[in-house]
Amino acid sequence: MRITCPFCGERELGEFTYLGDAKPQRPAADAGEDAVYDYVYLRDNIAGVMSEHWYHGGGCRAWLKVTRNTLTHEISAVEAAAGAGAAKVGA
Amino acid sequence: MKYSIFSLARAALSGHKNWKPTWRDAAPKDRYDVVIIGGGGHGLATAWFLASEFGIRNVAVLEKGWIGSGNAGRNTTIIRSNYGLPGNTGFYELSMKLWERMEQDLNYNAMVSQRGVLNLYHSDAQRDAFARRGNTMRINGIDAELLDQAALRKMLPFLNFENARFPIQGGLLQRRGGTARHDAVVWGYAHAASALGVDIIQNCEVTGFTRDANGKVTGVETSRGNIGAGKVGMAVAGSSSRVAAMAGLRLPIESHVLQAFVSEAIKPLLPNVMTFGAGHFYVSQSDKGGLVFGGDIDGYNSYAQRGNLPVVEDVCEGGMALIPMIGRVRLLRQWGGIMDMSMDGTPIIDKSPVDGLYINAGWCYGGFKATPGSGFVFAHLLARDQSHKEAARFRLDRFQRGAMIDEKGQGAQPNLH
Repeated sequence: MRITCPFCGERELGEFTYLGDAKPQRPAADAGEDAVYDYVYLRDNIAGVMSEHWYHGGGCRAWLKVTRNTLTHEISAVEAAAGAGAAKVGA
Repeated sequence: MKYSIFSLARAALSGHKNWKPTWRDAAPKDRYDVVIIGGGGHGLATAWFLASEFGIRNVAVLEKGWIGSGNAGRNTTIIRSNYGLPGNTGFYELSMKLWERMEQDLNYNAMVSQRGVLNLYHSDAQRDAFARRGNTMRINGIDAELLDQAALRKMLPFLNFENARFPIQGGLLQRRGGTARHDAVVWGYAHAASALGVDIIQNCEVTGFTRDANGKVTGVETSRGNIGAGKVGMAVAGSSSRVAAMAGLRLPIESHVLQAFVSEAIKPLLPNVMTFGAGHFYVSQSDKGGLVFGGDIDGYNSYAQRGNLPVVEDVCEGGMALIPMIGRVRLLRQWGGIMDMSMDGTPIIDKSPVDGLYINAGWCYGGFKATPGSGFVFAHLLARDQSHKEAARFRLDRFQRGAMIDEKGQGAQPNLH
């Protein structure tokens, strides 16, 4: 598996660190315990195409949003994660 | 058939041509008291304990592939009970005690070998942490010995004691730990369960649940037709989230790939199982002579049953740091299995929120050693509708209650457990 970083180009997997599913969003401060439990602990754990966060620690140190198939490891899209500092640098 | 020295002699004299299949390859009936989804070690052990300990023999085990095709044949065969946290300590020792009598119970040679499991330490702080874990084990009646470097030099003179970064100071040894022949474990449970009337149904993939008007699970839809069930237990490891999703459930689990490796066969070298304490590397030598080893999971969600090269490199570096001479040994095979990584690194054995559906999941990459214990406590739960006392902490709602059992202290990040 190789990831094509939008800033650095195609790089080997060892340069990247995985965070996980990009879908969970931090609930509002007054959202209640159930919403926080859902955000912190529950996962869709998709078998198929999944959007996920990776960190390019061995390169530009940007947070990336990678669209990847968990059944085949095929990567269909890589973009800067929303709000990532590096995205502004790259723009 | 019953195995003994006489059955072996008879078969040998007839040229080994008259061995019978060790379990019945059953076709599904319309209904069972209990249906177990997943014909791996845990599912088969559950079925056997239901039949042998809890008197429930109208049981089916549904396996989407064939017996031994999943993680049961992909692990590194290590058995141990060297855990430090309440919940884990007692449960894994229950499992260890069941390993010690398994072959007699099942009338099957699973090659259980109590050759010892040695965790090496490389710093004063790590020694203190291991001493504490060893003391916890001993207080709970489990064997543990803290060995210093001099003792290890006698036992294992080939270790890299003088490694510049990670000198080996000593190790925590559990002599009762060791290995078991993993395929024989599932074959043995299948053999013994089948003899008690359990139907083992292969090539039977569950595709959904049948529910009544109140939402209670009344059976399963499968690739071989609908099967009714009084209760349904799922023991499907890396597929836990997919099966739970068929009942509308989301679990605190991610599926990750773990790779394992075996080298070419060499003469007897490693007398026990050993783990490198400064990286993540564990190794033993199989009875065929190959070095069986592994390390970390790859670290990203995967259902692919194959991993990538950075982890191969990392694992081999760990091996080289520990035993430099294994650099001369060639890697023979490498493969991957899908781990049900829970959010605290500890399993879930509980009723699900859906009536009639019971969950056995979240084994991370510690499932093999737990096989007999998992089967016993899951059978207890299915038979009596209450948790066994050694599994009472493995509840699904522990994350909501803040009662996590996080042996590594990593938090809710499954790829770090």
